[in-house]
Amino acid sequence: MAVLRAEGITKSFDGQKIIENITLELYEGELVSLVGVSGGGKTTLFNVIAGLSQPDEGRIFLDGVDITGRPGQVSYMLQKDLLLPYRTIEDNVALPLLIRGVKKKEARKRASDFFSQFGLEGTQKKYPAQLSGGMRQRAALLRTYLFSERVALLDEPFSALDMLTKSCIHDWYLQVMAQIHLSTLFVTHDIDEAILLSDRVCLLTGRPGRITKEIRIEEPRPRGKDFPLSERFLEHKRQILFYLENS
Amino acid sequence: MKGKSPSITSRLWACFSVLGVVLLWQLLTGTGMIDAYLLPSPLMVGRAFFTELPSLIEHSKITLSEAFTGLGLGILLGFFMAVIMDQLEPLYQALYPLVILTQTVPTVAIAPLLVLWFGYEMTPKVILIVVTTFFPITVGLLSGFKSADPDAVSLLRAMGAGKGQIFFYIKLPQAMDQFFSGLRISASYAVVGAVISEWLGGFGGLGVYMTRVKKAFSFDKMFAVILLISAISLLLMSGVDILERLCMPWKRIKN
Repeated sequence: MAVLRAEGITKSFDGQKIIENITLELYEGELVSLVGVSGGGKTTLFNVIAGLSQPDEGRIFLDGVDITGRPGQVSYMLQKDLLLPYRTIEDNVALPLLIRGVKKKEARKRASDFFSQFGLEGTQKKYPAQLSGGMRQRAALLRTYLFSERVALLDEPFSALDMLTKSCIHDWYLQVMAQIHLSTLFVTHDIDEAILLSDRVCLLTGRPGRITKEIRIEEPRPRGKDFPLSERFLEHKRQILFYLENS
Repeated sequence: MKGKSPSITSRLWACFSVLGVVLLWQLLTGTGMIDAYLLPSPLMVGRAFFTELPSLIEHSKITLSEAFTGLGLGILLGFFMAVIMDQLEPLYQALYPLVILTQTVPTVAIAPLLVLWFGYEMTPKVILIVVTTFFPITVGLLSGFKSADPDAVSLLRAMGAGKGQIFFYIKLPQAMDQFFSGLRISASYAVVGAVISEWLGGFGGLGVYMTRVKKAFSFDKMFAVILLISAISLLLMSGVDILERLCMPWKRIKN
């Protein structure tokens, strides 16, 4: 059974349909990318799945349970790291635990177990302003993971980083994901990033936005640095560009 | 944040200008260009300050206890008003004009009324100080609450946070800057407010002392007490600065 299932989601704003009849499934440990132009309804869909807004039509299921319009079920990460500048890194990443009512000491302890796994050793007592952009995104991802070990929604999480940092964080991300098996729905407009990270790529195109094509990236993991330079990678890219242009 | 060197040079300039004014003052009065009964020289003021020190201390105790009680209650009221006005939009609409109105009433005009209603003791003075000090706190906090990052708020909502948690984790800490700017103003209002209310009726305090020496035409003592009041205000304001630094350790961090 799918971990997360969005069923026939339609949502309008001010009488204008933004997304229409979107059905999407996410299986255990899978990473699915949503690729499309900016303003194409990706964020609207995410807000519905995160429970921040009600869909006009359709339901969201988590492990078969209807969670439509209920926040606090799946975790959510944005392009902005949104680390709170007045909290240390450990208190930032422990925030979802604190919100759930875990005591401060216990929350810090549980968070600290993951610091080395996420490559964040030694940053516990630092403030976000003392960390580089890449490290801040790592911390934000750890916060996302501590919020839910089941499903994460990542909305262009790495798009604000420069190219080199982004490439480093992709390597890091694939390594971490190989260990923690977080089922992830990933929004991006970077096709290379989508191919590198995903098991499946869904193209969200048109107005209102619909899922017009799904492309499987059946490549072995771990995917190394040379994968984006391979012929197979280019083949996927050609296919995606073809469908984007012809939809 | 400012670097170290510009703030030291700017302080140096401030010292020069204050020193310059005092020197000019001494020159004008010491040489007899201005008569001493009109304007005492800085040296005379200094002498008066030290001979009067014991009674100045006694009077400051009264003024300070009024100022601190009033400021404390003012902070509580300011905080309470800001929180309820932020949480409930109708209350904001209803109370904001009233809050503004309290600040348009001249202090000197209501002080005698307060004395009439509450007597010569501490109560009317504390009320006056509360009325003047809560305002900067309320306005500062309100604009701080309103400027909370909407993305951070939706992130916390997505985590399942309730209104109280969003307030505690996002709005309150993000309003600290404005709170302390407000508090700095309120602290100086508190001392001035206490002195004004003492002018208009009371048995002790720097304001009462001031009225007495004025009636005795002892302008050297008059200036001595003015000096003391300024010094107290400055001390209180730097106390707020220290408190701000203690409460906001992340502000001192450099990349």
